Formats: sequence, C-alpha cells, structure tokens
Amino acid sequence: MTEIKDTAPRRGVPVWVQVVIWTLLVALFALVAVTLNKRQQGSVQPGAEIPDFTLKFFDGYQHEGKSEIKLSDLRGKVVVINFWASWCKPCEQEAAELQQAWSEYADSGDVIFLGVDYVDTEPEARVYLKKFGISFANGPDMATKISQMFRITGVPETYFIDQNGVLQYVKVGPFTSVDEIRAEIEKLLP
Amino acid sequence: MKRTHRFAALALLLLLLAGLWAGSVAAQGSAPTDDEVNAIAKQLYCPVCENTPLDVCPTEACRQWRELIRQQLSEGWTEDQIKQYFVDNYGARVLGEPPRTGLNWLVYLLPPVLILAGAFILFRAMRTWMKPSTTEAAAGPAETSQPAAQDEYMSKFEEELRKRK
Amino acid sequence: MVADFGYGILVVALLVSLYSVVAALVGVRTKSAALVESARRAMLLTWPLITLSALALIYLLVNNHFEVSFVYEVTSRSMPTYLKITAWWGGQAGSLVFWSWLMSAFASLVTLRKWDRDREFLPWVIVVSSVTMAFFLTMSVVFENPFARMWFAPSGEVIKAMLQPAGSTAVPLQPDGRGLNPLLRHPGMIIHPPMLYLGFVSFVIPYAFAIAALVTGRTDDRWIRITRRWTLWAWLFLSFGLVLGGRWAYDVLGWGGYWGWDPVEIAAFMPWLTGTAFLHSVMIQEKRGQLKQWNMILVMLTYALVIFGTFLTRSGVLSSVHAFASSPIGPFFMGFVALTFIISIALLIWRWPDLRSETEMKSMLSREALFLLNNLLFMSVLVICFVGVIYPLVSELVTGSKVTVGPPWYEFSTSPLFAMLMFLMAIAPLSSWGLSSQEKLANINKPVLGGLLAVPVIAYAIWWKPISDIMGSLPGVVISLAIILIVVVLMYLFRKLLWQSALVASAITIYLAFTYTQNLIALIGFFLVALTLTVTLREFWRATRARQNAQQENFFTAFSRLVGRNRRRYGGYVIHVSMMLMAIGILGIEMFQKETQGMIPVGQSLKIAGYTVEYKDLASWDEADKGVNYTRAVVSVYKDGTYLGDLHPRKDFYFDSQQSMTIPGQRPTLKDDLYVLLIDWQPATATGATFKIYVNPLVNWLWIGSLLFFIGVIIAAWPDRDPEYVPARARNKAYQPSSAD
Repeated sequence: MTEIKDTAPRRGVPVWVQVVIWTLLVALFALVAVTLNKRQQGSVQPGAEIPDFTLKFFDGYQHEGKSEIKLSDLRGKVVVINFWASWCKPCEQEAAELQQAWSEYADSGDVIFLGVDYVDTEPEARVYLKKFGISFANGPDMATKISQMFRITGVPETYFIDQNGVLQYVKVGPFTSVDEIRAEIEKLLP
Repeated sequence: MKRTHRFAALALLLLLLAGLWAGSVAAQGSAPTDDEVNAIAKQLYCPVCENTPLDVCPTEACRQWRELIRQQLSEGWTEDQIKQYFVDNYGARVLGEPPRTGLNWLVYLLPPVLILAGAFILFRAMRTWMKPSTTEAAAGPAETSQPAAQDEYMSKFEEELRKRK
Repeated sequence: MVADFGYGILVVALLVSLYSVVAALVGVRTKSAALVESARRAMLLTWPLITLSALALIYLLVNNHFEVSFVYEVTSRSMPTYLKITAWWGGQAGSLVFWSWLMSAFASLVTLRKWDRDREFLPWVIVVSSVTMAFFLTMSVVFENPFARMWFAPSGEVIKAMLQPAGSTAVPLQPDGRGLNPLLRHPGMIIHPPMLYLGFVSFVIPYAFAIAALVTGRTDDRWIRITRRWTLWAWLFLSFGLVLGGRWAYDVLGWGGYWGWDPVEIAAFMPWLTGTAFLHSVMIQEKRGQLKQWNMILVMLTYALVIFGTFLTRSGVLSSVHAFASSPIGPFFMGFVALTFIISIALLIWRWPDLRSETEMKSMLSREALFLLNNLLFMSVLVICFVGVIYPLVSELVTGSKVTVGPPWYEFSTSPLFAMLMFLMAIAPLSSWGLSSQEKLANINKPVLGGLLAVPVIAYAIWWKPISDIMGSLPGVVISLAIILIVVVLMYLFRKLLWQSALVASAITIYLAFTYTQNLIALIGFFLVALTLTVTLREFWRATRARQNAQQENFFTAFSRLVGRNRRRYGGYVIHVSMMLMAIGILGIEMFQKETQGMIPVGQSLKIAGYTVEYKDLASWDEADKGVNYTRAVVSVYKDGTYLGDLHPRKDFYFDSQQSMTIPGQRPTLKDDLYVLLIDWQPATATGATFKIYVNPLVNWLWIGSLLFFIGVIIAAWPDRDPEYVPARARNKAYQPSSAD
C-alpha cells in the first residue's frame, strides 16, 4: 500500500498459522465459557440426577452396620444431604433442628440423613457433632469431591433427593425450624 | 528459600531416623512452636480463602487447620506426612503448585515449550534479517557503524569519546 | 429522584455513544466530514454526561440513600464523607461507572487533539472508543445498575431494579448501610483502583489508533508516533496502580508481603508485561522501521489482556480474594471480549502483508537484537503468567478437580527470566551507542549467537522444576553456574565496554559474600544489580563529561541538558536504575525474610534477627461514632539491648461490615523492616497475646525504587516542546496525506 519498497512478494499469514490461531482462540473461549457457565449456575438444581458417590463416615458413625455409604444404595429412600463445617456459625443454628428432624424419621427407615463435613478438621468436627448430639451418619468430604459434585456455594446447604435419586429441593443457608425440614421431607414421602 | 525447605525436609528426616533409632520411647517432646506450625502452613492453601497461604489466612477454618498441624506435629508426624494428609482430605489444591501427575504436567511443560518456540522463531527471524546486512558488512566495515541515531549530537558525542580514549 | 436522574443521564450517555459509533461509520461510508464531526462532538458529550451521572451517584452515597442498593452495600452512616465518595469504586456497579467516566475523559482528550494530519484515523478512533464506551455503559445500564433500588419479590427474595417490578413490594428503608469493606478503606486502596483503571483505560487509545491504522491501511509509523506518549502515560498509571496495590497489600493484608501471585494481580500484571515489551520494541520501529507487525501485535495484545483480565476478575470466572462476586455481566462481557479478539485478529491477518518492514539488522548483537531478546523475555514471563492463570480452569474442566497454581510455581518459573532481564538492563546503555561501532562485535557470527540464545534456554531448562526436583539440591548450583556462564560469555563479548563496571560489581559482590550472605542466588542477584547500577551511572557520568567538554558547560548544566535533550533514553535509564533498587528490595524479602510467632504474656519478649520485641500493654476500646473497635498493643523494640522505640500493632473491627483489619506496627529502615502483627489476645492481659513478627530485609528499597521509577517515567514521557512532529525520515516520506484535508 503506502510502502515504498514493495518489491517483496506480498506474503500473507500462512493458512496453517491462521488455523492454529483461530483454533486456539475458540478453545480459549470455550474453556472460559464453560467455566463461566459453571460459576453462574450455582449449585446443582432440582431435577438433576445426582451422580453416585461414597461417603466414608467418621469413626463411631455407621449405616446398617457399615462405615461408609453409597448414594446408589439408597434408592427408594428420601436422602437429605446436609453440608456443614465446624467453623461455620450459621451451621450451628440449624444443627439441633436437623437432629430433631432426623430423630423423628430415624425409625421409619424411609428417610436417610447424611452429614457431609466440608473442609473441616476432624477434632473440631467431633466436638461439634458431640455438642449437638448429632446421631445421623456423618463423614468428611474427602478431597472436597462431594461438595464439588454438588457445586455447593457455601455452608450450610442441604439437598433433598427423592426415592429415584433425583434432586428435588435445595436449601441454601440454615433452616429456621424443624417444621421447615419436615415440610420438605413430607413432600417427597408417598 | 526452596533450598531451605529441602534442608528442613532433610533435617526432619534425620530427626525421624533418630527418633526411630531411639526406639519406641514415647518421645513426644515439647509442644510444637507456632514457628514450626507456620513453616508447614506456609506451604498449604486452604480452599476457604483461595490463593492465600494457610499461615496468614485469618478465617476460622484456617485457624483449625493450623491447630491440626500442631496436633499432628506433636504426635510426631513428618512434614511430608502432614502434607499428604491434607492432600488426601482436601484435594490437591491445598498444595501451592499442582502435583506432577497426569494432566498437571501441562503446567510444567507448556511454558518451557512455548518459550523455546518463541526463542526459535526469534532466532530464525533474526537470521533472515541478518542476511542483507552481513553482505554489506563484508563490503566495507565503514558501513557497519550505523548512523548514530537521529541527532548529530550523539555522533559528536561518540567522536568526543573516541578522542578521550 | 436523584437516582432516576442519574440513571436517565446514564441512558442518554449510552445513546449518545451509540449515535457516535453509527455517525462515524456512516460518515466514513459516505465520506461526509460533517457526520464524522458530529460523531466527534457526540463523543465529547459523553464525558459531561457521565460526570453528571456520577455526581448523582456521589450525592446518593454521601447522603445515605440506603434505598439504593449500591449505596446500601458500600456505605454506612459512620463512614466519613471522603470514604463515602471513594466508595464509588468500592463495588462492582459503581466501579463500572467510574471506569466509563475515566474512559470518556480519555476519549475526549484524544478527540480534542489536532487532527489535521490524521483525518482518516479520526472516524475509526471514534468508532473504537465509542464502542468500548457503549459497551461499558450498557453494562451499567442493563446489568449492574448503581442506581437500582431494592424490592421484595413475591418469593421473598430481594431484587434490584429501577422501577417497581410487578408484584413486588418496596423494601423498607434500611436504617444503615452495610459499609465499605474495611480493607478498602485504606488510603492505598483509595488510590490504587483509580490508578489501575487509568492504566487500563488509557490503553484503549493506542489500541484505537492501531485499529484505525489497520482499517485505513495507513500502516506507516504515523500511528505509532501519535500513540507512543499515550502508551507511556498509560504504562505509568498501570505501574503506579500495581505498586500501590503492592504497598496496600503490605500495609493491610497482614501477611508480610506485597505480591502474592494471585490471579487478579496477575491479570493486571499481564498487560504491564506486553506494554513494557511494546515500549522497548517501538523504539526499533521508530529508529529503524522494523517490527511493524510485532508492535501492532503488542499494542493489540496489551489491550486484549486488559479487557480479558477485567473480564476474568469481574465475571467471577477466577476465584480469588480480590475477585468480585459472581455477577450477571459475565456472558455479555465475554461476548464483547470475544468480539474484540476476533476483530483484532481478523484485521491483523488482513493487513499482515502491508505491515511488513524493510528488514535489516547490522549485527546479532546490535541494539535491535538486544531489544528483541528483551521482548522474548517479557513474552516468556507473559506465557508463564497466562498458563498459570488459565490452567486451574483447564484442570477443573477436564479432571473435575481444582488445583492451585501458587507463588512457588511462579517464583520458580519466572526468576531466571527476571535475572536475564536484569542482565539486559545492565548492558542496555552499551546498546545505545558504543556497541555498533565495535567492529569486532559486528563479526560475531551465528554459532556464537546461537550459543548465546541457547544458554538462557538451557539454564531455564535446568531450572525447570521437574528436572531440578529429580536432581535434588544440585540445580541451585547448576543454575548459578549457568547464569555465571552467561554473564562471563557476555562480558567477554562486551569486554571493552563492561570490564570496569564488572570489576566494581564483582568487588561489591565479594564484599557482600563476606559480610552479608553466602546464598548463591542472592549473590547473583546482587551482582546483576551492582553491574546495572555501575554501567548505567557510568553512562550518565561519561555522557555528561563528554557534553561538558564538547559544549563548554558546567557539569550540572551539561547533565540536565543531556537528560533534557534525550529524555526518553535517560528517562529509560532512570527507570532501569529504579528497577534495580526495587530488585534489591525484592531479593531482600524473598531470600532473607524471617518470621516468628508466639504467645507471650506482658513483660515477656520475642526475639528475631537481633531484635527483641517486648509486650508492654494492650487496650481495647470502641469508637462508636466511627463504628470501629480498636485493639491496640504496645510493644517495645530493642536491638542488641538498645531501646529503639514502641510499635503499636492493632486489630480494627468494623461493626457495620463485621470484618476486621490487621494493622501492623512497622519500623522501616533502609536495612530492614520490622513488621509486628497482633494476631490474637486473651482478655486478661496477663495470659498474653500472640504476635507474629516479620523482619523483611531491604524491602524499603522496593518503595524507594518505585518513587524513582515515577520520576523516570515522567522524564521519559514529558511532552516535547513541539509534540506534534519530529521531521520525517527518508523512509517515512512515502506517505503523502491523501484525502481531502
């Protein structure tokens, strides 16, 4: 164009370079878009089928004599999964209510409560469990696998899964009353 | 810093060996100091306050982690055992850098490869640019002293310097 | 009412900037100068409009209008007025308006310049600036409206909207706001974001000119000449923002450091890297007409990194302590970033052949080669930063598990590159003149150059973590040897020019080895610092003397005229010197930082690095009018038995935001910085309090260096008496002003 010495052949960008550039660009934006989507989704939404996971309990907790539990073994039961941590103040507000609700359903066998302890230290977690007399099965979230699966946005969060393994309700933040927990469970029971 | 870590690890290892040698004497000496706890906490990152080393993170969760380290130290755990415990419990993200396994190799391989590629491209480009001027340079050394930039002041300056030598 | 007014004005500003885009485009299309002029005026109008809107926002902030959601979130009654004003950029919604405001100021400034020679650039500069403007305004108007009020939705959720949504009820007026995050109340944080934003925003201008040059096909040096100084100022603001951020972190975050290799920090650092590379390589284009393609890439990359980084941190994609909470602007913002990238790349590919430069290079060790090496190193640091920031996303996506790419990785990966950059700074003054006249050097051939390039590569490979881990403690030695080897080889090549300085630097290093440290890496660092300082200062000395002799001036006149007549060169050297001072500080804190922590009762003391810190007293009290609880300890500092004074580490607890801030007690000296933090305390002072004490050697040189740095940039960027034009050199006269003006 305005070059003086334009004797050299007008060499453009080689096609393969162009292909590489655009591919990389698409890959970058695909990566960012997927991540963005994930961040904006928040936690797993009702209606989703929850992938299987295994929760290993703290010593002293058991379910039907076993020291760990697989979600898929609980088909046919309503599963209430509560994420908590001993350092979490709001969790303490609902701990007694959860235990109360559990004690009401424990004997029926139709409802299972699972406590998943998120990024916590075992000694403090035990103190917490003892303090609130929690008797439903509890275990640490090893390597934060379960919380990542649910994409929890914080603690406490509670997930209600129906008999078919489908998530039906998510409670973000602490429950304020036993009634609230009871109401959600009753909706899922036949 | 890295080297001191390695030293610390070595020292710890020696200590451990010494401990083994001493036999099964319930040798849990004095309580670990804050500094010993922090030395390990510094290398860990808790998921609650992302990208902040554990030794300075102010949250309650991290305080508990530090207490756990203290307890483990007092039970005679080694630094590596403690780190491994945290990795098992909270995932690889507690480490300051990705463990060298599987996909994580990318983060170690990619920068050197890209930098090498960059160096190669640069070298090739420079070689092509050199060609015309090397022939010129061969024609006469006078050509090589480039016109000393935009202002003739600088050439005066250079001359002055030459005189001064 | 005021909120509605502010919002309305914001909408008008958006419409005006959209009009400006359309008018400029149509004006170009129809060759209508009148339409372009109209677009220009429209663009000039945005600044007063956004200013009005911002004033409305400030009015709301200052007068506690807590019905407005943003005001409720960032202010509280107990905050002093100046903090209420600065709360403007204390949250996402407000800072976007702040961003637009700065942006419009810059756009207006640039449109006010004389355009006689560059008429054909004007419409395209308007288009680029106004599109960006319109984009940011849209985010404020649609997604993050700072004027939105709060309403209860029927479901009980609080929603933010300008007008009452159907079925909702108004949230009762809150008695008090939540207050600004205490970390953001620090003076450093008040200036740090504006500076950073200024830096970010001002890079739009060079980018706009680059796009204009590509679109119009006027790809000669003109656009570079216009934007060079802009870039320098933009770079100054960005650097200032980064340094202030570091200082703020040092004073407020309470971890005894200034830089944590956090993704958000890196997002701001990446454009700085490309900007710095550009400032160097642009000199080659100006002087030699080379590297047109590369400079274009650098300018575009810098701007791309600015908006990409802003997007990553503001959309919640990156998780970080600094990040804004997840925000609805994400997808829209990403669309804009993608659009920018696509258009930039497409234009570049289209015009690539026109950007070819006359290629010539005198020698592989010429100034050009050194500048290119400099660029390679900056790009390498960029690559490391980019991989480090992006990889956690890749890992999360592919394997489902999160990883941390943290400081150890970055330090390991980048430090050899920084060492090499330091060496380049050492030989920089040689490149400016003497080098090319060294006939010997011109004859240095390919193998030698290949070797020269290979040594850093090999050194880097050895440094590279996996290998070094396998080899145990060997790498420290090997790397040091490799770096020593590079230095020796280069010194041999530059022997005529370097040997005196090298002697001085070696003497200093040996002295340090006996008196200060035996750490090899630190010694290499100090050697490079000493070398750069001696070479650069000697250059000042020698050039001043030469001028003194040639012009018969006295020394000071000669010196000031020397610098004044070659502002960019000597400004650049001042910057290099300042970098070395900063390097002293960084080496000090990185290599020799000491810390200790312990709980001590009153009267007891902690000892560290020759200091004795004795716990004297502790008091805790509320200041109700400020809404803060202060807990302040008094500690006495002794060194080798001598009483040096008292320090007062504190912890401030803010009631409104329920957050606390740790203020260290600092005792800065040139030798080191004693930094005492109050970590914890027992109600009964007899039981004790926990202190954490850092001794950060040499760290204050970092801040001294920063000050000198600004002086250097200001010297380099100071406008010339005739800023418009330096006579065109032979190769530039190809361009003849073509169009109707």
